[in-house]
Amino acid sequence: MTIPETYTSLIPLWAVLVSLAAVPLILISSKYRNLRETWTIAASIIKFGLVLSLLPGALANKTAEIKILEVFQGVDLTLRADPFGVFFALIASGLWIFTSFYSIGYVRGLNEHKQTRYFASFAVCLSATIGIAFSANLLTFIIFYEILTIATYPLVIHKETREAIIGGRKYLVYTLTAGLFLIAAAAWTYQIAGTLDFKAGGLFSDGMLTAKNALPLFLLFVMGVGVKAGIMPLHSWLPTAMVAPTPVSALLHAVAVVKAGVFGVIRVVGFVFGPYLMREFGLNNILMTLAGITILVASLIAMRQDNLKRRLAFSTVGHLSYVVLGAAMLTPSSFTGGMMHIAFHATMKITLFFVAGAIYVNLHREKVSELDGIGKVMPWTMGAFTVGAIGLAGIPPINGFVSKWYLGMGSVELGNLIPLAILVISGILNIAYLIPISYVAFFKKGEKLEGKGEAPLFMVVPLVITAILSVILGIFPDLFFKFYKLAANIAVSIIGAN
Amino acid sequence: MMLINFLTKNSPVLIPILYLSMGLLIPVIAGGRRHRLAWPTIALVILIGLSISIFNIFAVIDAGKPIHYYMGEWVPPIGIEYVLDHLSAFVMFVLNVVAFLVIIHAKDIVRHEMPGKEVPYYGLISLMLAGFNGIVVTGDMFNLYVFLEICSLAVYGLIAAGEKKSLVASFRYLVMGTLGACFYLLGVGFLYLTAGSLNMADMKAIMPYIYNHPTTIIALAFMALGMALKMALFPLHGWLPDSYTHAPSTSSAIIAPTGTKVGSYVLIRILFFIFGIKFISEMLPVAHIIAWMGAIAIIYGSVVAIAQKELKRMLAYSSVAQVGYIGLGIGLANPLGLIGAVLHILNHAFMKACLFLVAGNLRFKIGHSMISKFNHSIRKRMPWTMAAFTIAALSMVGLPPMAGFFSKWYLVMGTIKNSNWIFLAVVLISSLLNAVYFFRVLEKVYMKPLNSGSPEESDENTKPTEVGLQMLVPTLVLAVGLIVIGLLNALIVKGILAYIVPLAGM
Amino acid sequence: MLNYTLGHYGYWFTLVLMMLGLYGMLLKNNLVKKLIGMTIFQVSIILFYVCSAVKWGGKVPVLDPVIGAADPSKYINPIQHTLMLTAIVVGVATTGVAFALVISIYKRYKTLDEVVLLERMKNDNDAD
Repeated sequence: MTIPETYTSLIPLWAVLVSLAAVPLILISSKYRNLRETWTIAASIIKFGLVLSLLPGALANKTAEIKILEVFQGVDLTLRADPFGVFFALIASGLWIFTSFYSIGYVRGLNEHKQTRYFASFAVCLSATIGIAFSANLLTFIIFYEILTIATYPLVIHKETREAIIGGRKYLVYTLTAGLFLIAAAAWTYQIAGTLDFKAGGLFSDGMLTAKNALPLFLLFVMGVGVKAGIMPLHSWLPTAMVAPTPVSALLHAVAVVKAGVFGVIRVVGFVFGPYLMREFGLNNILMTLAGITILVASLIAMRQDNLKRRLAFSTVGHLSYVVLGAAMLTPSSFTGGMMHIAFHATMKITLFFVAGAIYVNLHREKVSELDGIGKVMPWTMGAFTVGAIGLAGIPPINGFVSKWYLGMGSVELGNLIPLAILVISGILNIAYLIPISYVAFFKKGEKLEGKGEAPLFMVVPLVITAILSVILGIFPDLFFKFYKLAANIAVSIIGAN
Repeated sequence: MMLINFLTKNSPVLIPILYLSMGLLIPVIAGGRRHRLAWPTIALVILIGLSISIFNIFAVIDAGKPIHYYMGEWVPPIGIEYVLDHLSAFVMFVLNVVAFLVIIHAKDIVRHEMPGKEVPYYGLISLMLAGFNGIVVTGDMFNLYVFLEICSLAVYGLIAAGEKKSLVASFRYLVMGTLGACFYLLGVGFLYLTAGSLNMADMKAIMPYIYNHPTTIIALAFMALGMALKMALFPLHGWLPDSYTHAPSTSSAIIAPTGTKVGSYVLIRILFFIFGIKFISEMLPVAHIIAWMGAIAIIYGSVVAIAQKELKRMLAYSSVAQVGYIGLGIGLANPLGLIGAVLHILNHAFMKACLFLVAGNLRFKIGHSMISKFNHSIRKRMPWTMAAFTIAALSMVGLPPMAGFFSKWYLVMGTIKNSNWIFLAVVLISSLLNAVYFFRVLEKVYMKPLNSGSPEESDENTKPTEVGLQMLVPTLVLAVGLIVIGLLNALIVKGILAYIVPLAGM
Repeated sequence: MLNYTLGHYGYWFTLVLMMLGLYGMLLKNNLVKKLIGMTIFQVSIILFYVCSAVKWGGKVPVLDPVIGAADPSKYINPIQHTLMLTAIVVGVATTGVAFALVISIYKRYKTLDEVVLLERMKNDNDAD
């Protein structure tokens, strides 16, 4: 295994700080809308650029690292841009650009209140997400994880209706409790191993974990990261959090927060425990079971939801467990597939959420039963929806097919075909709960649609671009950012380490 | 150079002398017509005290070992000595920095709440600080009792200064506090009978010979009981809620962060430095009992705080819970727990001072601090005050990167080290309970009322008034300080607290 | 046994005083009586110290030219006495503060009975 070469660089730090720096600027320019929006867009582009600059290094197995300061005996607040971190950061920061444009269209289209608080919170959330991506050890991870929880709260309760406040409370209870479990798990890990540094292949040396502490420790970790990763039965905050405005649901609950959760799961599986220890204590079987159940049950529940966003929320829960399943299978292809699914599901899901928001702003409709015939007035929007829907079901040539393929191959490599069966069934269920929407939109006759046109440009353009991106990545998965190569490298580094 | 020498040699005794003398001189300087001089005098005095305490920290770190000062050049164990070691210097610094920030804040609000009483009030503050600093720096057990009573009497006066309900609260505190001090005195008496010395370092040396004496055990019991009462460890906390609630804003703000901390300091001293860890954890289950009292205090304080309708009362019960953390840290009797407890002394002092200053700001501007009457207009009128409140609240809940997270982290590691799963659960669950009552206030303040457009709201909206800079800056300094000492906590631990552990015999 | 009890009669008396003091503090309703209890408790501790200073055949600790200063066991221990001088002063100060409070409470609430006081405090809406 090639040990990554580490060099000191401030770029990871700037990447985290750039949107934090934008926050005071956003707050002062609250009266000048266009100036305020410029800060957000500028910060997102600069952030993406910084992360992109770390990509060549990550591909060549060179890791940028910066130790900021010591926060505990022997544990530093360290940012490290290892390949997996860069992978996640790319997705988050890239999609933030689209979401920023989309957000502008959304909040102006609805004339939402408290827009300044909205954009400022968004900026802090992105800082926290990049911080999570670049965390070099469990303590740094926890710090940014908790910051993310707090920063997302104002966004969840944005509407400040009774429903929103109750939803916010539920969100906080779930995520804060999860944080506590994570703290306990990390503290215990430090007791056992003396270190909290993430290491590909696991940070425990031989003999540190015994049958007595491996299982409870793993369960603590699962409860810690599983809430954000939507593993059942810890998932129920996700549908409730749909009271947030759609761009919030799109970026945070389809990309940043939940992906931070599955990112955490892979960190725990691959960089804390390691494949060998996972197999030795049977932890992978537990995780596989949880993931498998989540996929199937979530897809079934999704079919029964009439509210479009809730349907998409349960769909997200299911797809997140694709990633968890990939991690639990512990084979090179399954890891690769799982990681690619982090990226590809993000592009597809964000498209779908963007569509939901566009429909709401344009036609004030939220329910699937009300969507008859809207394809005729919003062809681009519904076209993008169809692309995303097909991709989620795993049908080529959308990128969803590629990640699913590798997950399936992982199942074959494992010699256990149950995951494969689950993936296939889930694909069919995906078709069942997403395609009918496209069907009724285009082929049924709608009501009260006279004189309506497409959604505002600020909203339609981003969602079309993400849809096209999904198609392109489906055909050329390595294009632009070499997602495939990155993911494959990371998988090898985790498994090959043993 | 000569000045530095002078300061270093006399460092233990400078601050108590400073405050004692100024306590007597303030009525002289600012008597009669010159009462406007009272505030500048006390502010200057505390500033000097703060500078000396900062110097003391560096002096102790430089010297590497405790600095001794013999009163009147009489050598212990006959004479009384003052000892400045790392723990003393640290706690002294905490006391003085909080006092300084609160006193800057105090000028207008004292004039507003207690007109005409500024001169005696500031004199009492000086005496109280003399008492606190004296307790922290003395090396003689009876001398500690004397300073304990000095500060207690001053505190009774400061609490009662608000007239009204605070009179009865102060009376109740007086009776209970005197009881506690008497218990401590009784304990010292028993100890003197067996050991023959009152000097702390001497006592530590004699301890191994008198472990098996029943008198020693009694002495420990009485002394610990007395100090637990002073530090308001459950179930001896009964005096605290009323006192903190009804006292004038400045009194709460200066006593809440410091009073219980001094009690905790004395408990640490007598348990770890005098009696020794072997006695309290292996031979007798004293540490264990204190840990349990702390754990119950944490849960009890947090739960009752949730039920409170008034902000200051909520903060008072929250203090009971926070003292529980310190008690738990002490009771764990391992290095991580002790560092967590001492770090929490610093963190809680900052957090509570900030929160009580916010309550003072609210009372100054809108006349009350009833949570049920809070609404959205407060956020518009006092944005900076509420921002400071938010930071302090997040720190109390234990969210990084604020300081509260790190002392909780140390306590968590301490409980895991002892494999105390119940205590671990208690520490973690308390975060959630804290979140409940703090977020309730935040929800009320930051969200628009559900029937927006209610008449009283639009009325008050027309005059956005934040408190003046003199009151705002200390509040914000404390809030920002929370983030700073959170991030820099490793520096604090490595620089000072790590030295306490070997001194405590671990 | 009898020897033991008789030999420690000072301490037994201290114990009785302490219990009296506690009884007064906790179980009496009148504020002044509580204070009396508190004072008795403080005094009992002073008595405890003084009792503990005694030695068999010891004289008052004033230098006697006949006995000289060579043998400390001829004088009783002066340390506790000096400590108790301080404690007495502290007690006086505490009593002073306590009575100042009692007078203020009476001025405001016109009662010194705790039960009635609590009732009147509940209705005191002027305060916070």
